[in-house]
Amino acid sequence: MGRKWVIPSLVVLVAVLTVLSIAVGRVNLSWDVWSAQDAVSRAILIELRLPRAILGLLVGAALGMAGAAMQGYLRNALAEPGTLGVSAMAALGAVLSIFFNIAGVHPWVLPICGVLGAMLGMAALFVLSGSAASVLTLVLSGIILSSLAIAGISLCLSLSPSPWAAGEIVRWMLGSLTDRSFDELTLAAPLILVGCAFVLGCRRPLDALTLGESGARSLGIDLNRAQWQLALGIGLIVGGSTAVTGIIGFVGLIVPHLMRPLVGSRPGALLIPSAIGGAALVLAGDIVVRLLPGGSELELGVVMSLIGAPFFFVLLHSMRRKLT
Amino acid sequence: MTRPSSTLKIANLQFRRGSRVVLDAIDLQLQTGEVTAVLGPNGAGKSTLLSCIAGLLRPERGAIELDGTSLFSLPAMQRARRIAFLPQTPEIAWAVDVQTLVGLGRIPFHGLSSDEEDRAAVARAMAKTEVAQWADRAVTTLSGGERARVLLARVLAGESDWILADEPFTGLDPSHQFEAAELLRSIADHGGGVILTIHDLTLAARIADRVVILDGGRVVADGPPQAALTPQILRDVYNIDAQWLTDDTGATPPLIAIHGRAARG
Repeated sequence: MGRKWVIPSLVVLVAVLTVLSIAVGRVNLSWDVWSAQDAVSRAILIELRLPRAILGLLVGAALGMAGAAMQGYLRNALAEPGTLGVSAMAALGAVLSIFFNIAGVHPWVLPICGVLGAMLGMAALFVLSGSAASVLTLVLSGIILSSLAIAGISLCLSLSPSPWAAGEIVRWMLGSLTDRSFDELTLAAPLILVGCAFVLGCRRPLDALTLGESGARSLGIDLNRAQWQLALGIGLIVGGSTAVTGIIGFVGLIVPHLMRPLVGSRPGALLIPSAIGGAALVLAGDIVVRLLPGGSELELGVVMSLIGAPFFFVLLHSMRRKLT
Repeated sequence: MTRPSSTLKIANLQFRRGSRVVLDAIDLQLQTGEVTAVLGPNGAGKSTLLSCIAGLLRPERGAIELDGTSLFSLPAMQRARRIAFLPQTPEIAWAVDVQTLVGLGRIPFHGLSSDEEDRAAVARAMAKTEVAQWADRAVTTLSGGERARVLLARVLAGESDWILADEPFTGLDPSHQFEAAELLRSIADHGGGVILTIHDLTLAARIADRVVILDGGRVVADGPPQAALTPQILRDVYNIDAQWLTDDTGATPPLIAIHGRAARG
């Protein structure tokens, strides 16, 4: 199968998964639900299934692209918003807005606090490890950021004034697409789409960075600008998605790895396939979550970590030689 | 293929790292059509000089002019189209195929040249460096020497007026060293400007039209190889006893024989 078939095949896969995501759930919807007058079925379709599927598509695509962009910029196959603590920082931003009771002021406050948290995470990451970081520095920077964010979240949790706030906060720790409405979708979508546009604008700097920093700069690339553009773009993506779905990790780690053998390793050319692949992975994960037997649904973030952590382990194992 | 000539003028260049003066009062005027070899002991400032000319480092004092225009007032992309740079320890971060890697040399031309022109330039660069047979292979599967040729092809793909190469022959076997040297020589013969740093005195004497010797950040000799690489200068700069071996006919290329370390004094 040639490379030119990869994207069309992935698009077909995502389309099939979107249809499945709308069709699968506790309640079986019949195929004529679009035209049927059954109010309950229509409500399930319009209010629950459709926003859930679209959000899965959007968040998956954005996280896949963010992972590919971070790997390209840091020239490191282990980089990803989740493993490097950027998602946790976004969650901390969102949690702080709940804790200080400013989230209720306006619907935009919480997502924007998430975006600010993620951007702060990106900035800290660039300061801690720079763009020429070794695997070790990078992973350690990620551990520092994650620990800090999780400690902050735990602190908010234990000092939390009301059980409602505590319950809300716990929700951020476990990523999920359950019970999201169009309201949440309209909050996340603009942030995520603008973020993706910023990231896509960095294709050439990412390509040039294949030759390292001095190689890229000698090709006329303004690396400072690329760095800020990426921090902004990834901040918007991760902040926007974490604000409505909580932390869904490992998407940005797994997908670019699966895509490289299919479309090649050029970082700029990896962004779009990783986005489509990310959408497929999150949609598939969200369908599996709903099909698993049991009283309550397993959270999607938990499933992704169950798949992602062993993947990370294998990857790290295969990169051992580079670490020493 | 001849092109309009171009001049790089470096005037009173000074560069510091912290309190250490790395380059001091460098004055040079370089022409396309020439191979200029920059020599000097480790830490003499060779790589820093090349990085300044490539626009990667900004000197604290002095000027670098490309055909009368200050290099630092040129937009980075425009500079990159005129001056290509091969760093000393080139990095290849991803297992891209050879063709893709060479194609990165076309980045400064984005939006200015068609895909067809880009492909043609990449093909020419790969043919010149004889790497076309690996076009679809991942760069990471090549040997060090093969990789060096691919990286040289990347620099050639920009078809720039100037090529700066920081120790381009390191890691190449004698035969490929010779080939790469001939290639850089032929670029200059076709009107390009080549500036390279090199440690091999004989190779420098053989391919360079002009040798610039740096020591402690200053130019201590500048001229045709035979005039610059004199036994006295080699003794002063490298602390070695060396001698030119040439036959009178000039049919055999020169050889610089190093007899040993010079007695200090």
